[in-house]
Amino acid sequence: MLLDERDRKLLDLVQKSIPLTRRPYLAIARELGMGEDEVLSRLKRLKEAGIIRRLGGIFDSRKVGYCGTLCAARVPPERIADVARVVNAYPGVTHNYLREHTYNMWFTILAPSPERLKEIVAEIKAKTGIEDIREFPAVNIFKVYVTFAMDGMNRAHGTRETDR
Amino acid sequence: MLTELEKQIVKRLQDGLPLVREPFAVLAAELGTSEEELLATVKDLGRRGVMRRLGAALQHLKVGYTANAMVAWKVPPERTREVGGIFSSFPEVTHCYERETAPDWPYNIYTVIHRPRREECMAIIERMRQAAGIDDYQVLFSTAELKRTSMRYFCD
Repeated sequence: MLLDERDRKLLDLVQKSIPLTRRPYLAIARELGMGEDEVLSRLKRLKEAGIIRRLGGIFDSRKVGYCGTLCAARVPPERIADVARVVNAYPGVTHNYLREHTYNMWFTILAPSPERLKEIVAEIKAKTGIEDIREFPAVNIFKVYVTFAMDGMNRAHGTRETDR
Repeated sequence: MLTELEKQIVKRLQDGLPLVREPFAVLAAELGTSEEELLATVKDLGRRGVMRRLGAALQHLKVGYTANAMVAWKVPPERTREVGGIFSSFPEVTHCYERETAPDWPYNIYTVIHRPRREECMAIIERMRQAAGIDDYQVLFSTAELKRTSMRYFCD
């Protein structure tokens, strides 16, 4: 779908924060010079189009009581699909990427306890037969702020305005 | 630790804020509490940092951010906080973590950058290298996204 300038402004604002007031969409509307219903209908459209993956609470996993680790696995190319199926089936696996390295599959796991984390890694090894999985548990979180600036992006799948 | 009501709120808010004029009134009715109490509790979760913010997570591939570089840096132990701060100050850095190392893997600071193009990632990494004065690092570009989702807490 094509994003217009009002969509982009709205996306930039709602990625930063939605106000904690009784009528949050009205507050957003006032800030952007739109109507409340326009904000609601644009957000619904952006959500239905899958541009907005989720609009809700963004939590600090540690303060919610969860702990996490980054795993790096060495997976033979022909086994990637079936190993990914096993790994991705865990709800605590939130990110899984293939990367350019001899350790080619990198995924993160969140679990309610360090014991459960260890268990999940052991289960993945047992189910896949992939023994070479490194674990890099988090020691400190300096920053998590995942926003994507939309201002300056001229099309949904497009190039940046500076590229034109 | 979280109270039962707080856990319920986390569970409900991770699924999404209703797209209606008074979304907190809807949530309060669902959870059997008042709108005032719900809003006060959500604000408190924010104050304590349990909730970073209420906001939108975008499907970054759909908005053109297709290049994703994870960089693992070898930072002297006495400099991790300082360098973590320097890297975090780059707006393009979405994640900056310190992680445990292994004897053959000395990299302790991890940063993630999402940009529309790979060359932009490389240019930012070069600026980060200069700003921090760290020359030993590994750039791990992603070649495929196999899963990316938000955590759903208290569901297991």
